[in-house]
Amino acid sequence: MKSVIAEDLVKTYDKGNVKALDHLSLDVEEGTVLSVLGPNGAGKTTTVRILSTLLRPDSGRATVAGIDVIKDPDKVREVIGLSGQYAAVDEILTGYDNLVMFGRLYHLGKKQAVVRANELLERFSLTEAAKRPIKTYSGGMRRRLDLAASLIVKPKVLFLDEPTTGLDPRGRQEMWGVIQELVKGGVTLLLTTQYLEEADQLADEIAVIDNGKVIARGTSDVLKKQVGGERLEVVVESQHVAKTLEIVEKISGHSASLDEGLRLIASPVSTGSAALFEVLKALDAAGIHALDVGLKRPSLDDVFLALTGHVAEEKKAEEEKTSKRVKEKK
Amino acid sequence: MSAFQDTMVITQRQLRLLTRVPEVLLFSTIQPIMFVLLFRYVFGGSIDTGQPGGYVQLLMPGIFVQTVAFTLAGTASGLAEDMKKGLIDRFRSLPISQSALVVGRTLGDSLLNIVVLFAMGITGWLVGWRPSGGAFNVFLGFAFLLGFGYALSWIGAFVGLSAKDFRVVQNVSFLVTFPLTFLSNAFAPTTGMPRPLQYFAEWNPVSTMVAACRELFGLENQFGATAGSFPSENPLITSLIYMVLIMAVFVPLSVRKYRKAAG
Repeated sequence: MKSVIAEDLVKTYDKGNVKALDHLSLDVEEGTVLSVLGPNGAGKTTTVRILSTLLRPDSGRATVAGIDVIKDPDKVREVIGLSGQYAAVDEILTGYDNLVMFGRLYHLGKKQAVVRANELLERFSLTEAAKRPIKTYSGGMRRRLDLAASLIVKPKVLFLDEPTTGLDPRGRQEMWGVIQELVKGGVTLLLTTQYLEEADQLADEIAVIDNGKVIARGTSDVLKKQVGGERLEVVVESQHVAKTLEIVEKISGHSASLDEGLRLIASPVSTGSAALFEVLKALDAAGIHALDVGLKRPSLDDVFLALTGHVAEEKKAEEEKTSKRVKEKK
Repeated sequence: MSAFQDTMVITQRQLRLLTRVPEVLLFSTIQPIMFVLLFRYVFGGSIDTGQPGGYVQLLMPGIFVQTVAFTLAGTASGLAEDMKKGLIDRFRSLPISQSALVVGRTLGDSLLNIVVLFAMGITGWLVGWRPSGGAFNVFLGFAFLLGFGYALSWIGAFVGLSAKDFRVVQNVSFLVTFPLTFLSNAFAPTTGMPRPLQYFAEWNPVSTMVAACRELFGLENQFGATAGSFPSENPLITSLIYMVLIMAVFVPLSVRKYRKAAG
């Protein structure tokens, strides 16, 4: 059974000038994780806001747990959990206060709300910080508390909008651990992200969106095949280029490319760090000193390049320019 | 029933915020107390009211009304901040009554008013304010003040939920409330103002509220504008009409805004 169905969603802003969603359709099988992957401004947040009843689409249909999002938003709110990009908890209140308050708003009794708050604090390793105001929390702790608040009554469908954006690597790892636990518990999850790696780690299926449309769908393996695996890159002095090219091709088993200006030799590899080690050993044996060496994982940009032929970065750069301009105005 | 419960939870949140940041309560009380003392001793000496008890009798209702009028700014900036932090989104994704958040917030802000008015009343008493309208009328006067503050709080709710930037909200609210409280009979007679301003002052809800409180606190309103007009003759009923009108317009507007708040 499909827990989430979105059909032909259209949403425009600014009197139709900005098309946020352009006939977007997707669905999530019950008990699975769908990751909506796309760059900033692709329509990820708009999709989540419509499915979680915060925004009405201009046209299209959507159901969550079989309930019509547009006709019956009150019923939808009873079965969903939402945790957004910005940690939406009261900063002045303590973690405990927040969870008890939200528990009461989910119509738990006073005692139940307290019990549930303590359970969730324990589960998300926040017991120690429970009595501290949220504003003293780290970014990762805030996100965990925010997530906890969306799990007070076990939701049938959980929406996580960019749960790790802005977190440091450690915070991201922690958050992934927490989400993986949830997934094991069998929740139906729709997760948006800008990071291919995150989608890879957490999702059963990935929907890549761009300009308000789903442009590709599939498991991460399927998408990765479209993109290619890891690439090994070596930079050497110019007199060693030819020999290095030979070594890299031998070890990777693929033809290698050469950027003469940068003296950069690159080749796809399937064995990852083992290949890297082999190459370094072989270079060393040949008396060649590598100036730079590394493994490059396929990034969202690579996915985009492979799927759309244009680079996601362009969009980001454009947005950065705009946000800079806005800042300057202020 | 659950709508009522939801609202109470939000109001409790308001009160808890006060216990977590006692400075808010402290400063929202200190400012009006400071006004009482400043006006009492700076202007009190030079304005002759020709009435027993002096300027402070006329001043207190004025400062009470001014203080509750600032509820508008409080509600507005509180909600604007909730918007900015994404809290409104969270509340809107919960299975709670669509009016709970705004009703709870406005009620919480009114409860704060009770504390502030109490502290001001005590201060006033200490510097010579003696209401003489009888216990019931004095009580009614305070009920009027709370009602007025509550009505204005709904304008604040609308402003706060409509705001694009929460820093603007505080400025806008003060820009509106400050002249409103001074273009009135609150602190000085309106008869010295230019004619058009006099008419404005006369119909200004702040003036009718101040006049109503003066009446209930047992003194004649000598700062009234052009005598013989409906608002200055019937300040109680006019104030009541204003409150009902404000609520009739801004309660539905604010609730609608909340439902559609796009963050």
